[in-house]
Amino acid sequence: MLNLDFAFLTPQVVSSYVLKGFAFSLQLTLVAMLGGIALGTVLALMRLSSRPWLALPAAAYANTMRSIPLVMVILWFFLLIPLAIGRPLGAEMSAVITFTLFEAAYYSEIMRAGIQSIPRGQVAAGYALGMTYGQTMGLVVLPQAFRNMLPVLLTQTIILFQDTSLVYAIGAYDLLKGFEVAGKNFNRPVETYLVAAVLYFAISFSLSMLVRKLQQRIAIVR
Amino acid sequence: MPMIEMKNVSKWYGTFQVLADCSTQVEKGEVIVVCGPSGSGKSTLIKCVNGLEPFQQGEVRVNGISVGDAKTDLPKLRAHVGMVFQHFELFPHMSITENLAIAQVEVLGRGKDEARDRGLKLLDRVGLRAHADKFPGQLSGGQQQRVAIARALAMDPICMLFDEPTSALDPEMINEVLDVMVELAQEGMTMMVVTHEMGFARKVAHRVVFMDQGRIVEDDKKDAFFGSPRSERAQQFLSKILHH
Amino acid sequence: MSNWDWQVFCKDTIDGEIVARCFGGPGDLTYLDWLLSAWGWTLSVSLLALLVALAFGSIMGILRTAPNRGLVLLGNAWTELFRNIPLLVQIFLWYHVVPALIPPLRGVPSFILVVLGLGLFTSARISEQVKAGIQSLPRGQRMAGLALGFTLPQTYRHVILPMAFRIVIPPLTSESMNIVKNSAVAFAVSISELTLFALQAQEETARGIEIYLAVTGLYFLSAFALNRVLHFVEQRVRVPGMIGGGH
Repeated sequence: MLNLDFAFLTPQVVSSYVLKGFAFSLQLTLVAMLGGIALGTVLALMRLSSRPWLALPAAAYANTMRSIPLVMVILWFFLLIPLAIGRPLGAEMSAVITFTLFEAAYYSEIMRAGIQSIPRGQVAAGYALGMTYGQTMGLVVLPQAFRNMLPVLLTQTIILFQDTSLVYAIGAYDLLKGFEVAGKNFNRPVETYLVAAVLYFAISFSLSMLVRKLQQRIAIVR
Repeated sequence: MPMIEMKNVSKWYGTFQVLADCSTQVEKGEVIVVCGPSGSGKSTLIKCVNGLEPFQQGEVRVNGISVGDAKTDLPKLRAHVGMVFQHFELFPHMSITENLAIAQVEVLGRGKDEARDRGLKLLDRVGLRAHADKFPGQLSGGQQQRVAIARALAMDPICMLFDEPTSALDPEMINEVLDVMVELAQEGMTMMVVTHEMGFARKVAHRVVFMDQGRIVEDDKKDAFFGSPRSERAQQFLSKILHH
Repeated sequence: MSNWDWQVFCKDTIDGEIVARCFGGPGDLTYLDWLLSAWGWTLSVSLLALLVALAFGSIMGILRTAPNRGLVLLGNAWTELFRNIPLLVQIFLWYHVVPALIPPLRGVPSFILVVLGLGLFTSARISEQVKAGIQSLPRGQRMAGLALGFTLPQTYRHVILPMAFRIVIPPLTSESMNIVKNSAVAFAVSISELTLFALQAQEETARGIEIYLAVTGLYFLSAFALNRVLHFVEQRVRVPGMIGGGH
């Protein structure tokens, strides 16, 4: 029953099948994180604006993205982007655009909470000193909001990393796909899925331990 | 045999010593008031009596039963020792009647109707019969605390422990609770009361125990304590709080 | 892109002919029949997985607040295990690995395996919320229960859990909406739910937008319905005189 054989997973096999996928998963996570946080911050500011023509679309965007399964969002973008730009698009490129726009909705909720947690007095102080809205936000509020929400932003990034496995739906070659292909080629699906699970676990768990340590250090400095 | 006996009780939280060699006793029918500055350990001391706080050294006996003994059936002991908390601690998801009945039914095994009737009688006694079907969130602090006293009495306790029963109340509600406690004392209930209310102490206490930094510094009969306390610390304390 | 063809739903799945009244007979299904059946699968997977998640999540959440270090460790290990592996990978484990490693489970239908996978994944998140709910109660509540002579299990049953569960209904509501969304991963193991329908029907009919819109709409509807049901539950169990659950 338990005749597992991991011997086929030589460094050579790993580098030819898995490394490519691993690199893609990491790149996707990084780009979506940076792009998502940037876009998410803009969305959060729009949402908190007193002008309805800014606030409502931002709210609608965030709510819509958060109400649809990620797999469907991936399928939607894979279908629509080629139609919009007039030529076919690779799965990997589509994934990058999709994840950046999708995660932006979640990051925007986090940044919104972060901005709202800064006392109104801070904004008042900025204006009283003669700062513009842009200066007050950029120099006073956002730096503090980022600092406060850093652990939550990083936790969301860990979730993002795990979610990248869903590019399976459009056949993109990510870490999971790399393991799956290796498993099929050597007819050892059980072993490869196990190793994939262990690897994902190791990465996510260590990162979340780091985030926890970070949380403690931030708390003290305040 | 004293109702409550504490011998050389010491307790540490990690390396911090919170109780140091505390000894005292309460005879049946006696009312003792435990007072002292914040952090003196008085709340911790009273929680050792019914084993809510464990202690590392010493002995505590209630009606002869050792509280610290691993073989003692603590829930059974606690069923007969009533406790009233600073923050009332009524169960918010149950009506007043249910609050009074639940332990009677689940712990003492009384029938639901008997438990309900006893509860209603006690509510009457504390003047709150009309609120029987309300929920704790709908009552004022003073009312909640009176219900809490009734809840403890519903278990027919052999003695009652009070942990700063009026400290969380608005001033105008303190008296309604103290009146109930005075009545209880006059009926002969054995009581150990942690409180700052010296008027209550003067009225019904037999003895006063003064604690400071985890030690029992004074343990006098009431008149002796208020008339001529021996320790300087107690004198300081009294002069500060009796100013009101 | 500007010419819609909603008639696609009335097409027969085998020969592509439009069927009158859009519902085919047995053996002669339209895309609409297929869509509705897929919706049924999505709802079944979601609801059953939710039950599994609530059961295991509650137990693990309670264990994590127990005075016994071993129980706390068990609860924590469970939570960390199921929340650090992507859901899709967990589904693959249940589908490919578990039946291979545990022969008696080889005959289990993939539907059950998916329910277990989705349920246990979600149970880790629910255990987090149950633990937080229990720990948000004032310490005095536990002491008051013990002081009345309750044993610890009795105190949990009569005092702590009734209030803790009321507190966690709002986060539980968003967890159950998440389960409906997450049920989409079942497509990867050929469960005939909404996402698989979307993939396959889109390929067959080349009317991706209409198909995707219908599927997305049904996901919206399902999540919304669940939200309303739980909102109703929250109103029914609300304690008079209290906003939310705590003091």
